[in-house]
Amino acid sequence: MSNTESAVVIGGSHAAVQLVISLRQNGWEGSISIISDEPHLPYHRPPLSKAYLAGDISEDQLALRASAAYEKLDVSFKLGVTVVAIDTENRQLQLDSGETVHFSKLALCTGARARPLAIAGADLQAVHYLRTMDDVKGIQQSAASAKSAVIIGGGYIGLETAASLTKLGVAVTVLETESRLLQRVASETTSEFYLRLHQEQGVRVKLNTQASAILGETSVTGVSCGDKHIIDADMVIIGIGVIPNTELAKDAGLAVDNGILVNEFAQTSHADIVAAGDCTNHPNALLGRTLRLESVPNATEQAKTAAASLCGIEKPYSELPWFWSDQYDVKLQIAGINQGYTDVTIRGDKTSRSFTVFYLNNSKILAADCINRPKDFMLAKKLILQNKSIDTTVLADETAELKTLITEQ
Amino acid sequence: MPVINYIEADGTEYSVNVAEGVSLMQGALDNMIDGIIAECGGCCVCCTCHCMIDPAWSDAAGSAAADEAEMLEMVDNTEETSRLACQVKVTSAMEGMVVRLPESQY
Repeated sequence: MSNTESAVVIGGSHAAVQLVISLRQNGWEGSISIISDEPHLPYHRPPLSKAYLAGDISEDQLALRASAAYEKLDVSFKLGVTVVAIDTENRQLQLDSGETVHFSKLALCTGARARPLAIAGADLQAVHYLRTMDDVKGIQQSAASAKSAVIIGGGYIGLETAASLTKLGVAVTVLETESRLLQRVASETTSEFYLRLHQEQGVRVKLNTQASAILGETSVTGVSCGDKHIIDADMVIIGIGVIPNTELAKDAGLAVDNGILVNEFAQTSHADIVAAGDCTNHPNALLGRTLRLESVPNATEQAKTAAASLCGIEKPYSELPWFWSDQYDVKLQIAGINQGYTDVTIRGDKTSRSFTVFYLNNSKILAADCINRPKDFMLAKKLILQNKSIDTTVLADETAELKTLITEQ
Repeated sequence: MPVINYIEADGTEYSVNVAEGVSLMQGALDNMIDGIIAECGGCCVCCTCHCMIDPAWSDAAGSAAADEAEMLEMVDNTEETSRLACQVKVTSAMEGMVVRLPESQY
């Protein structure tokens, strides 16, 4: 590794920060820079919809690393700058500032962006998405004078935002087009729990309801749901999923299909370009398929692999996906991916605030939603990785220890 | 800024300044101390920032909340003074604190 080489990372994300740290740990002696279109140093994204929106933590506390850490690592930043093109032949990046940047090795940590909703009024003031720190600052500004909010989308982002706005004293209505909350990602039991939880906190939830227009001249006055049905609101938040940022990669001729295609070493179809995080579609040997994840643990762990690859070290990436969500005083930890489940087994009382939903296929555990059950979560991860048929009566029996299902290794 | 002494399982010592109000986890991350993984970034959901507080400072560190204690129960190599570093915020009473890190966070 020559110290005249330059590693450039596009994106100021969780993946980017881990990647540059891992580069140094793997002995990269050349220059390292991060180019980000956001004006801030990289920050923790999960608290945006939770503790940061609710005002429980400050902007300083969001920083992924103190700025002194980047000095120690000798990592430089170009912030508020967008890469408009990658010239793979000349190894050059074209920036929107007109500048060009040379790279020996390139890492794409471009993440994802909020999926836009194309309805009338979506460009009004006080209509927000929630993906960046600046998005949340905008939401806080609107919330300071708003009495009521409509949240379009009953997924995790929408529900976490509903909980945080409720805490700020805003009356919230959640609109969901499907017949239940979290329809795409969770069991009926989990959906029913969150419906009840939000209703108990005073949130109005309207299922089977599609927003057809956001009303108002300059500021928001309400949301129309067709059939002349109007919900009054002073602000609107749209949380209907994300789109991976793959355009740069595609335009540069890299293979892209629902994410930037990478192998288990986080390598793209170009030998000196890696990618990590939400923007990648990657293989997972544990699951036996490829997938794109929206998850911090995925971003950081895949970034370690990507950094190793840039240093010529083979470190295959294959981790069990996991996720979490905080709403009110309820902590949900999700182990695994439930896709393909045929049965569910509930451990605990599903009408209480502490139970676990196990997702099974052929008596094997694929995933678990652990609601205020940190112990079940830790054990569920082990049980999933074990990949063995399981006695579901033990799973459902609270008097039986889950530990007994774990085979000693 | 209090000095915190992190000691990794292999004996490597780091003596670093960590600002009051910052977690022991963030202090380790800001100083590239390997023994702390912190997959979730400090939300008390992943259990990969396990540390052992030297008993001389265990009063200053306080005790684990219910969810933290439950997570720790599932970790193999815990000790009486084990904590999740994300849940311990540095105070002036922690000047010189010794924090040992386990061999593995998994």
